[in-house]
Amino acid sequence: MSRPVADPPADPPADPSAGASVPAVTRGTRGSLVGGGVLLLVVVLLAVVVPYVVTLGALSSLVMLFALVILGTTWNLLAGYGGMVSVGQQAYVGVGGYALIQLADAVGAPPWAAVLAAGVVGAAVALPTSYLVFRLAGGYFAIGTWVVAEVFRLVTMQFDGLGGGSGLSLTAFRGTDRVDRVAFVYWLALTLMVAVVLGTYLLMRSRVGLGLTAIRDDRVAASSLGVAVDRGRRLVYVAGSAGAALAGALVALSTLGVTPGSIYSVNWTAAMIFIVVVGGIGTIEGPLVGAVLYWVLQQALAPLGTWYLVVLGVIAVAVVLLAPRGLWGLVAGSYQLFPTTYRVSGAGHRRRGEADVTAT
Amino acid sequence: MDWLNAGVQGVLLGGQYALLACGLSLIFGVMRIVNLAHGVLAVLAAYLSLVLVQQGLPLWLATVVVVPVFAALGYALQRGLFNPALARARGRASGELAPLLVSFGVAVALTNLLQEVFSADTRTLPTGGLASAGLAVGGLSVGVLPLITLVVAAAVIAGVQLYLARTSTGRAMRAVADDAGAAAMTGVDPRHMYGVATALGFATLALAGVFVGMSTQFSPGSGDLVLLFAFEAVIIGGLGSLWGTLLGGIVLGVAQTVGAQIDPQSGVLAGHLVFLAVLLIRPGGLMPRSVQA
Repeated sequence: MSRPVADPPADPPADPSAGASVPAVTRGTRGSLVGGGVLLLVVVLLAVVVPYVVTLGALSSLVMLFALVILGTTWNLLAGYGGMVSVGQQAYVGVGGYALIQLADAVGAPPWAAVLAAGVVGAAVALPTSYLVFRLAGGYFAIGTWVVAEVFRLVTMQFDGLGGGSGLSLTAFRGTDRVDRVAFVYWLALTLMVAVVLGTYLLMRSRVGLGLTAIRDDRVAASSLGVAVDRGRRLVYVAGSAGAALAGALVALSTLGVTPGSIYSVNWTAAMIFIVVVGGIGTIEGPLVGAVLYWVLQQALAPLGTWYLVVLGVIAVAVVLLAPRGLWGLVAGSYQLFPTTYRVSGAGHRRRGEADVTAT
Repeated sequence: MDWLNAGVQGVLLGGQYALLACGLSLIFGVMRIVNLAHGVLAVLAAYLSLVLVQQGLPLWLATVVVVPVFAALGYALQRGLFNPALARARGRASGELAPLLVSFGVAVALTNLLQEVFSADTRTLPTGGLASAGLAVGGLSVGVLPLITLVVAAAVIAGVQLYLARTSTGRAMRAVADDAGAAAMTGVDPRHMYGVATALGFATLALAGVFVGMSTQFSPGSGDLVLLFAFEAVIIGGLGSLWGTLLGGIVLGVAQTVGAQIDPQSGVLAGHLVFLAVLLIRPGGLMPRSVQA
């Protein structure tokens, strides 16, 4: 995996005498284009057809799915690309939820602007926090972030202006027609989900993304090659936390309120971990698959109480042990819907997704 | 006098946290695994004891049954789940990922299973008046149960420390912790050693779970806070140092009771803040790795 990064092409294949067998280095394939087209079609259907054919309850439930995709995608950024397993992302879900309500009700910002600003607030809180939690590595980072999230929750509950232990409810939508409100939140959530997934894709295609992949595979080697390891990890942490805050803002907007117990619940992070691990960690497609699966299981098994979490826990353990690349890796092999790696086509190459660029 | 009382109660509370943290520290020390299911497993031990007590067993006998059952469970979980996860992770820089995620899956599944079986109601283990008994020492009231917990915690830590230092199995365990490959060349089976270490960790955890169940009310969701407190005790004390863990538990306990003395709502928050302060000022903990565990 670390090949394309760890080995700079000391001998670029610039030898013209190779003639017709010069390998062509490409990124996308026809398959990616087709897959991307299908995905675009799905998004268009979700945008222009679905809202007019399903019930309001189903629309609200789809908002939750979009929030889950955002949560999964951004947690994947942390764990899959930054190598940081955080169990404390509910801190930013909570910050986002509270920020939205404060901005929309107390400040009076329009709801869409309040959601975006809540994401910015999440990033602004994450930056100083990163200096604290980055003192911990590996598993201790995981629980340390959880402690930070608990501190956020307990501190929030200390403020009477934030509703103390009982939370806040959103009043900005008072007087808005219910149909208009649900449709507005639905389209906003859809837009944000598409933006977050595309943004993650573009980030991972960029030079920064390549550096992040190197950091994940071997931090020391990446550092010795001049990758700014700390800056890269901090960028991922702040961006991932902003995403969690966006999702939290969407949840608060959709449910018209927050309580400290639910918006700061560790179950948000549990959901993120399942979505990413079961879908396929370190891929952009994985969290999409995982989010849909999580959402379907949640909807289907909800009448049975929390059994869906028991099922998901067992599935997650099985996936980590038996199919570490997740369901997406299991089904898709080396196919990439969102091509981030280069592949070499031409004579005598290996037919693998992560092709070796340094073929001589 | 109130402050002195808060301090004494905190030290006693620290015994419970240290006992809880002992297994976490041991398992991390030997395998570098952070077991996110640690808290809910302690709660499981409390529920198992409760079931046995409801069948008519005295509590001490229930504890005698639950502790070896947990040791066996630890060995089985290590060989069945964590060793394969470690093998998956070997050779990759992001190696801690797989065991961490496995333990998280176990934690979530187990928490919700407990909730389905026992409901979310809070329970407590019957102690026959022990939990409310107190000794009057110079105007202070010292709880008998917390005192016993503190003594047991110190005894368990001393026992584990002696086991690691003096027995051949303990030596092999330390060898595996230092370099599993080299230990394997000298004829020690790291997979078995990992199993033994987890069994030992789970045995102390089960004991801790019973003490938690006696002193406080518990529910399936209690595992989260148990895990956080145990973890904070480990970090405050210093990674990989068992006596440090005892000190860490006491510091955390004092922080919580003194914090609660200042504002009854803020005990837990004060504990978290002391933990974060230690992290900021002395990231290695108060007693950094004085003993190889």
